[in-house]
Amino acid sequence: MRMTQVSAFLENRPGRLLHVLEVLAQAGVNVLAHTIVDAADFGIVHLIVADPSLAMQALRQAGIVCTSTVVLVVDVPDAPGAFVQKVLRPLAEASVNIQYSYAFGAPINATAAAREEPRPRLVLKVNDLETAERALGILPTA
Amino acid sequence: MIWNEERERMDRHKLRELQFELLRAQLERAYELVPFYRQAMRQRGLRPADIRSLEDLPLLPFTRKADFADNYPFGLLAVPKRELVRIHASSGTTGKPIVVAYTRRDLDSWREVCVRQLVAAGVTADDTMQIAMGYGLFTGALGWHGAAELLGATVVPISAGNTRRQIMLIQDLETTVLCATPSYAIHIAEEAERMGVDLRESSLRIGIHGAEPWSEGMRREIEERCGLKAYDTYGLSEIVGPGVSAECELQKGLHVNEDHFLVEIVDPNTGEPLPPGAQGELVITTLTKEALPVIRYRTGDISSLSDAPCPCGRTLARMARVRGRTDDMLIIRGVNVFPSQVEAALLQVQGIWPQYQIIVDRQPGSMDELEVQVELSPAAFTDEIASLRRIQEEAEQALQEALGISARVRLVEPGTIERSTGKAKRVIDRRAT
Repeated sequence: MRMTQVSAFLENRPGRLLHVLEVLAQAGVNVLAHTIVDAADFGIVHLIVADPSLAMQALRQAGIVCTSTVVLVVDVPDAPGAFVQKVLRPLAEASVNIQYSYAFGAPINATAAAREEPRPRLVLKVNDLETAERALGILPTA
Repeated sequence: MIWNEERERMDRHKLRELQFELLRAQLERAYELVPFYRQAMRQRGLRPADIRSLEDLPLLPFTRKADFADNYPFGLLAVPKRELVRIHASSGTTGKPIVVAYTRRDLDSWREVCVRQLVAAGVTADDTMQIAMGYGLFTGALGWHGAAELLGATVVPISAGNTRRQIMLIQDLETTVLCATPSYAIHIAEEAERMGVDLRESSLRIGIHGAEPWSEGMRREIEERCGLKAYDTYGLSEIVGPGVSAECELQKGLHVNEDHFLVEIVDPNTGEPLPPGAQGELVITTLTKEALPVIRYRTGDISSLSDAPCPCGRTLARMARVRGRTDDMLIIRGVNVFPSQVEAALLQVQGIWPQYQIIVDRQPGSMDELEVQVELSPAAFTDEIASLRRIQEEAEQALQEALGISARVRLVEPGTIERSTGKAKRVIDRRAT
């Protein structure tokens, strides 16, 4: 499924990630997944959150540089080779380039949390969303 | 428009005669009334009568910033204290401030030189001028204040700071002229953008700027973001405050009020006079000051002079935009670097804000390291680290080209570099400590 990822700019010094997450905590935003990409002096934290628009609003108000991006979130069976078979090979065959990817296991729908089994999920930022969705069988092939 | 046709368009030959006449009178008063000048001239075996033409000027000793501190507070005055009507001060290099003082006639002259500059920038009696410079001991605000009132413009003496209120008053009072340091003007523009106010839609039309070195790029930035025409002005407390020189509408150098200030360019290292057009340190001698005559003051500012005729009709010589100060000049790996060059280079790069800080460091046994911290523009931020690296690399390349040495650029969060309502602090040199 498509989800809105929230990304924030971080200077590479102690306390910056804390600051971003504190702002989200105070706004009551639940963080489902995060990863940090870094380039020596600075980095970007990518976040999958329960309420992206509330998160963006809170971050902007706090003066944090942020942006939102549409990413693919894909469930992957918890078995050897599943990542290769179900995701990587179909995308490669469809010539889709993965810009970055990270994994998480939290339930997406908080209200269904009690019933939903935690399972591996992949966040994929790809260069062509629609082609990727067709390759992964999310959209019918054209 | 020209405020004082007779003086500002004076035949240069006549102007030189007037300057010499005034110089002789100023030297005689300084020699008679100020022990510091008498002693300095005697040490060189000089009496005022030995200065027979303007060409003899290099015979006279220099006055330096430290001389103000050594003669604190009233040692350089040529009038009894009761004749003073105003005292200003600026921060000195050591603990004691630099005290400057004015007689009633000095204030008249000060208003005269400043009002010429307002008129040259196109300010009229119909304008509303918001003075966003620090009121108080700093000469900037009150210098412009007096001139604007003399012109008949409406003055809004808001002082520096309280930026949201500045923006509210620009809108509500329909301010047309903004008087601020360049770095504060940019800060006002940033804050307005954050508030969702488009200053380009406001009534602002003229910016009067000065008190710190700035670049052409910074001028364009202010003009684009505030929707005004930005003018460069130059002055310093030791000489008078604002009013020494300023641009006319052609903006090809700053016309010096030469009937009040005699200017020279010297080699900053040797003090030797440099040929016309050469770049060096600006030296100023006051010609009309009563309370505080100043002879050959080493300003520390790097500029050059030209007396080529200006199409605006003024015959007053023009000085080049100040490139930096001799004491701001950094020597990094043997190369001279001015903060204004760094600023000009950064302004060519998309994706960053014009706020920067230069950090020079040296690890024991290795070469000088130059780091430039610059704020990322929120609009340039994407989820891809490669796009941020590209901005960083472009900035590093622009600096390499402008300075001739490599610099490391560090992108920082917007708003983290300290904003200044007065003169911005751009350089942190850790090599000395």
